[in-house]
Amino acid sequence: MSGSFSLQSLQGNHACALGAIQAGCRFYAGYPITPSSEIAERMALELPKVEGYFIQMEDELASMGAILGASMGGTKAMTATSGPGFSLKQENLGYASAVEIPCVVVNVMRGGPSTGMPTRPAQADLMQARWGSHGDHPVIVLAPDSVQEIHQQTIRAFDLAEQFRVPVVVIFDEALGHLQETVDLSSAEKEQRVMRKWADKSEKDFQPYAITEDGIPAMARPGDGFRVHTTGLTHAESGFPSQKPEVVERNMDRLLGKLERNRSTIEAWEAFECEDAELLVVGVGISARSARSAVRRARRMGIRAGLFRPITLWPFPEEALRNQLDGVRSIIVPELNAGQLVTEIERICPESIEVKPLNRVDGEAIPPADILTLLKEQGEKVR
Amino acid sequence: MKVQDFDPRDYLRLNQFPHFLCPGCGHGIALRALVWAIHELELSLDKMAFVSGIGCSGRLTAYIDSNTFHVTHGRPIAFATGIALTRPDLKVVVITGDGDCLAIGGNHLIHACRRNLEMTCLMLNNEVYGMTGGQVSPTTTELRFTPTTPEGNIEPVFDACELARSAGAGMVGREVTLQTPALKNLIREALQHKGFSFIEVISDCTEIYGRKNDLGSSPEMILSQKSSIRPDSYGNVVDVPFRPNFLQTGILSENERPEYGEAYRGRILKQAPAEQSSSK
Ligand SMILES: Cc1ncc(C[n+]2csc(CCOP(=O)(O)OP(=O)(O)O)c2C)c(N)n1
Ligand code: SF4
Ligand SMILES: [Mg+2]
Repeated sequence: MSGSFSLQSLQGNHACALGAIQAGCRFYAGYPITPSSEIAERMALELPKVEGYFIQMEDELASMGAILGASMGGTKAMTATSGPGFSLKQENLGYASAVEIPCVVVNVMRGGPSTGMPTRPAQADLMQARWGSHGDHPVIVLAPDSVQEIHQQTIRAFDLAEQFRVPVVVIFDEALGHLQETVDLSSAEKEQRVMRKWADKSEKDFQPYAITEDGIPAMARPGDGFRVHTTGLTHAESGFPSQKPEVVERNMDRLLGKLERNRSTIEAWEAFECEDAELLVVGVGISARSARSAVRRARRMGIRAGLFRPITLWPFPEEALRNQLDGVRSIIVPELNAGQLVTEIERICPESIEVKPLNRVDGEAIPPADILTLLKEQGEKVR
Repeated sequence: MKVQDFDPRDYLRLNQFPHFLCPGCGHGIALRALVWAIHELELSLDKMAFVSGIGCSGRLTAYIDSNTFHVTHGRPIAFATGIALTRPDLKVVVITGDGDCLAIGGNHLIHACRRNLEMTCLMLNNEVYGMTGGQVSPTTTELRFTPTTPEGNIEPVFDACELARSAGAGMVGREVTLQTPALKNLIREALQHKGFSFIEVISDCTEIYGRKNDLGSSPEMILSQKSSIRPDSYGNVVDVPFRPNFLQTGILSENERPEYGEAYRGRILKQAPAEQSSSK
């Protein structure tokens, strides 16, 4: 790994790259785009040291295709990008969901739409990360809020991708990507890393998409003699295309159900000062950091405020949020977009709780003071 | 098994038959030539990977009894790049169509030729988007009719081999399905080439393109692929040359540029000292 010092001062993008290497990533394909390029640059430096492959492809479609090829060949693989490139990756990301290829895609969010503001932070791809590819498809999205957590969650992204044979998106904003903080790189080394379940060579009549108890089929490694067919056409357990309604339904149920059934492993969140909170702030990434600071100040002023922060953004930890709602009168949702996360919160919360959006789309982060002002206002109202 | 006793069924997934190609479709001949070449080289299907895009051509991988990947439209070369680079123990073959390879996937072809990563790319050129109903493609002959060129195609034809050669492909060749043994021999050469080998296979979409343009029956279409090599005995049965007679076939170009995977392993992996800190 990168040196013997476990404590390092790193920017978020570099912490992401080092986490990937520690998680066992040995293939990176990408296409430069601000504000994510430092991830590629660091990977280009680190991968050869661990006999890994780095390749700069001709575009994001190719990058996404190449990491899926590498992963199907048995190598843990990642790519990183920002808004415009994230859009280009969507079709092949859906392929990964459909044929169940483990992979990690990082999106360092910048202002949009279109070319937008390449060097300014935004959180406007939260919904695209969930629904960006066509059709119903499983995907996990992780949203860290510090450089340390970018490191941890990148590693966790690989573990989840391998365990559930699913693409995992790690999403954070430009501000975190370029934020420099001290990171303890050793935390990752204590745990055992996860590798997908490989098909057992001795197994007769191997079915690449067998409906097993845990819903996650073993993967056939090319070269091991299985001679499996992989297709993005809707397929039967055999791997070959099928459009028979009962076969499609059975296999779609498993595909979509595998994350539902494992929510307890996949979901992660932070509940800060939530126990007796009357006012809750729900946010991710840089907005959650501002919120934490606002909550602290509010507490000092005697306002019973708390922060609920999904770390796994999708599937959204809705049970965990519901469990915090006792006694909550109002929820504030700060986010760097015109209102995305707030729709999910409104869906989950009973109507008796007032949900207040707090949005910014001008390329600036939301300062703690703005959240505090709203906390005070809402505090007055509910009193 | 002796090289002489070639039976394509030994290489195919017979449980997937009947295949879905129309009667007379040229793509089936290309598939036969491919597995014939594999047979003659005595390659193990366990140690190969076949990657295809979307189209009638893309469906062929489902019939090859090997490690097969039917990926997204236009991207098989990109997927194959990930496999070929990380798994040099596998022989990687891409099967693509003229639309898949030259239209939506054109950029990947250019850069794969330039990189020269070892794999063999077979582009089955039937001049048309067979799968979606015979719309115009970058290789449709000028003035031919398709559902999206009802007045005749006014765009010039893309010469894929010329493109691959100029982009630096290690080996470039072209053959017609009519000459199946020659096509087999060309694919053999490509499979043994160290680098990116590109083969344009002149195929036919008999059912859609052929009918729409009155190109005759399937055998007539195949015979007219190259009228200069039409056996005399066929006389003037075929009056409409499907392709210009001067179409060059065989190996069209070869070069000795470094293979990408070898270059990566030789230069980048060798120079990287393991376990050295790069943080300043
Ligand atoms: C992104 C995307 N765009 C369009 C299509 C629809 N489509 C399927 S096959 C095809 C064209 C295939 O033509 P070609 O590559 O020449 O293959 P052929 O069927 O002629 O063998 C198209 C446009 C698709 N599947 N995906
Ligand atoms: S539509 Fe054309 S290319 Fe497709 S199988 Fe039929 S004849 Fe072949
Ligand atoms: Mg075609």
